[in-house]
Amino acid sequence: MSAAHVTEQTVKELCDIAQLAVELAKKAGAEHAEVLVRDGSELTAKVRLGEPELVQEAGSRALGLRVLRGGRRAVTYTSDLRREALEALCAETVTLAGFAEPDEYALPPDPSLLATNLPELDLYDPAVAEVDAAWALKQAIAGEAAARKHDARVTNSEGATWSRVLGATAFATSGGFVGGYRGSYASFVVEPLCDDTSDATNPKKRNGYWWTASRFLAELEAAEAIGIEAARRTLATIGSRKVETQECPIVFDPEVSRSLVGTIFSVANGSAFWRKSTYLFGKEGELIASPLVTITDDPLIPRAPGSRPFDGDGLPTRKNSVVDKGVLGPVLCDVYSARKLGRESTGSAGRGIGGNPGPTTSNLVMQAGTMKRDALLRDTGRGLYVTSLMGFGFNPVTGDFSRGAQGFWIEGGELTFPVSEITIAANFDEILKRIDAVADDLELRSSTAAPTLRVSHMTLAGTSK
Amino acid sequence: MTTTLPAALRAPFSAGGTNVIDAQLANRLLSLALDAGGDYADIYFEFRVSADYALEEEQIRTLGRGITLGLGVRVTKGDATGYAYCEDLAWDKMAHAAKTAGQIAVGGGHAPVSITPVSQIAIPSFYAVPTPSLVVPAEDKLALLRAADKAARAFDPRIVKVEASFAESIKEVLLFTSDGRMATDVQPLMRFGVRAVAEDHGKRQSGSGGGGGRYGLDYFADAARDAAAHGREAARVAIAMLDARDAPAGEMPVVLGPGDSGILLHEAVGHGLEADFNRKETSNYSGQLGKQVASPLCTVVDDGTIVGSRGAINVDDEGYAGQNNVLIENGVLVGYMHDRLSAKHYGIKPTGNGRRESFRSMPLPRMTNTSLLGGKDDPADIIKSVKRGVYAKRFSGGQVNISNGDFLFSLTESYLIEDGKLTAPLKGVNLIGNGPEVLRRVDMLGSDFELSDGIWTCGKDGQSVPVNVGTPTVRIASITVGGTQA
Repeated sequence: MSAAHVTEQTVKELCDIAQLAVELAKKAGAEHAEVLVRDGSELTAKVRLGEPELVQEAGSRALGLRVLRGGRRAVTYTSDLRREALEALCAETVTLAGFAEPDEYALPPDPSLLATNLPELDLYDPAVAEVDAAWALKQAIAGEAAARKHDARVTNSEGATWSRVLGATAFATSGGFVGGYRGSYASFVVEPLCDDTSDATNPKKRNGYWWTASRFLAELEAAEAIGIEAARRTLATIGSRKVETQECPIVFDPEVSRSLVGTIFSVANGSAFWRKSTYLFGKEGELIASPLVTITDDPLIPRAPGSRPFDGDGLPTRKNSVVDKGVLGPVLCDVYSARKLGRESTGSAGRGIGGNPGPTTSNLVMQAGTMKRDALLRDTGRGLYVTSLMGFGFNPVTGDFSRGAQGFWIEGGELTFPVSEITIAANFDEILKRIDAVADDLELRSSTAAPTLRVSHMTLAGTSK
Repeated sequence: MTTTLPAALRAPFSAGGTNVIDAQLANRLLSLALDAGGDYADIYFEFRVSADYALEEEQIRTLGRGITLGLGVRVTKGDATGYAYCEDLAWDKMAHAAKTAGQIAVGGGHAPVSITPVSQIAIPSFYAVPTPSLVVPAEDKLALLRAADKAARAFDPRIVKVEASFAESIKEVLLFTSDGRMATDVQPLMRFGVRAVAEDHGKRQSGSGGGGGRYGLDYFADAARDAAAHGREAARVAIAMLDARDAPAGEMPVVLGPGDSGILLHEAVGHGLEADFNRKETSNYSGQLGKQVASPLCTVVDDGTIVGSRGAINVDDEGYAGQNNVLIENGVLVGYMHDRLSAKHYGIKPTGNGRRESFRSMPLPRMTNTSLLGGKDDPADIIKSVKRGVYAKRFSGGQVNISNGDFLFSLTESYLIEDGKLTAPLKGVNLIGNGPEVLRRVDMLGSDFELSDGIWTCGKDGQSVPVNVGTPTVRIASITVGGTQA
């Protein structure tokens, strides 16, 4: 049996440490203190060409402290949780806060708004903790072997990796909040490699991957199935080539449409709004996307990867509408950004060990359409089907969007040859408004999820005409 | 470093600390790690103190500080690695980590190797830090933020918003290996950044400036890179971009400005020359040693010994001294960047490129300061030679697919070249290409080599390490520009 289990007792211990640190901070002169404590362990087992390449196993603990003093803020962290170390940390944090200038908006949340009855979201699976390195290696070997056996053209491998994280989080504030929870997450990825000699003057290697992940062991797909799908996806890219520069319809595979949905959040959150660092500023209640677009952020879905029982300010979490039939809803806020905007938090604060809270997503999901994916492709006729994006070409202030893309050319309503080394570009405002078809293939595989969707046209930059 | 650090900044495991780790103790841990039959082990102790300061809306907003302490134990058996870490110097915790890492060798048939006694390796110093910024009072650093803010606002009334930040750290490492080496290093690092937003008639644009490296606050003594200069630079870019027009789409000549453009090199060839990818034959450059892989104009080096540069390292995280390594000489591939594992595979000496983000990760072959060396052309002539193309000046980052060599990098400041002159500024745009192909298309190389001003962080396998890049002005005959004007 693995010794990695996280118990309710661990959560309670962390809550006690968090509360102790809050007390010590108050004693050191903090007006208000917030303490986040995390205890986690990881196991990573990687196999390459049938042999173990890496087994990594470890646990770690860290404590983050934020002190507010008359609107002055300081944030510190440490991995040393002994009482005397915490006392020193508290004293130093209070001193540091003295150097900051008062910010009238940097106040703790109204205590009456703090979460009290935390929902049970079923985020921890003891079976994930039971996994040991030997079992994980066996899974990885099986998955990689399935990929290599699938087709003789799979000549090499970047490996197969089985990994899990287990953790407990506790949060306490001098406003009276204390709470904690535990979580598990397991994932498996296979990365085959094949030789592409279709261009004899410039032989290339082609890589691809496929994965499965869940908080629950039984919900992972079989290792062999992941290996076979990874091989299929990799082989399909052999012979990738550029296409001519043109305007054309672009269909986004769910693996990339979810990144578009993530990009919407990056320009539609309280922090970007009060900073006015988004082209969407001032557009709440307005049509910012096609009426086919409805997006919600729901932290309360049991067992889901992005669920959480309370937010980074200690407020209760709730389901929020982000975009409703193309209309931008009130943006997701933490307490600080909400104050800056003169409104209430949406319970969307995220917080890291060494930072201030800020708005984050939980399970950010774009609603499925009614069209079958095949029908969507047939309806498209001719265009680009995108399976992966590269690079950082997005300017949130102007909405200018230009990314490297890889995928397949659509001709006669079907995927034909593979395409790479091209970019797709348009202003993000146009991209969202030009979404003219949404498929029914939504799966909640990751905390941000979306179905296949089509943008009526974008500029594809490739070879000269 | 010449300054003696105050106790709070010294690692507890070092001489004079509260929990000294000596060679004898390290040897006991190494034997435990090798107990199950591993053929090599190392233990990496790390103590890191960091601080950060942020200004926004003309106010000092947040001060932060963090302390990390831990050790990582690595055991190898052939090409397989076992890795474990802990955050506690208590014997039972360290022993548990050593045994856990050693499990990788279970089932192997070899007798345990004998542990050789450790000896301190001699290291030079490539850090230009008479006084680490962490020992300087906070007020001095806050003054820098205010100076940058003021200078950016004074640059142009259309600057409506300024953010400035300063981050500093000292990382002390102590390494013991089962092949008898011991190394210690104290690695200072600091980074200054400014972001400005300009607004004019409803149009908004942002620009950024910044720099740093393995320096103390004396870095700012040079007026060309003092806090105000970085503030003005952020403002200049934001204002210049207000007039930006849509970028062209398609293949055309591109001229890369000196310095920051080295990021293209880092992506286009750097990663492909990290030996782990070549050992595993997953890189485009596998099996290409001795072959022409770039234009004969190109000589590419990775140099960990550039004093003060963000990527400089006295010693890598496997105990090998930082080095200047030639990767491509006149277009011919002459060497890869190695860690211990790949050097062993190729039967050569390690090149000082085995780096890790922290004690929580195993070392990998990584870049340090990667440069394309200068050529003979006058930079002005290079621009003059282009009838229609793009001049690339500032970048937000890049990415590469190691296997097929496709890379992409994102321009934040670029200009259209028309009839040999820079004309209109262009909106943010990407360049996409294939590494080996693009390096073959380098057909003019300026004499104006410049090192970037210390802002880059490289990510690989989830591990981030500080790096730097450099280039002269470079002409690439043709590359795909990802604009919207087809």
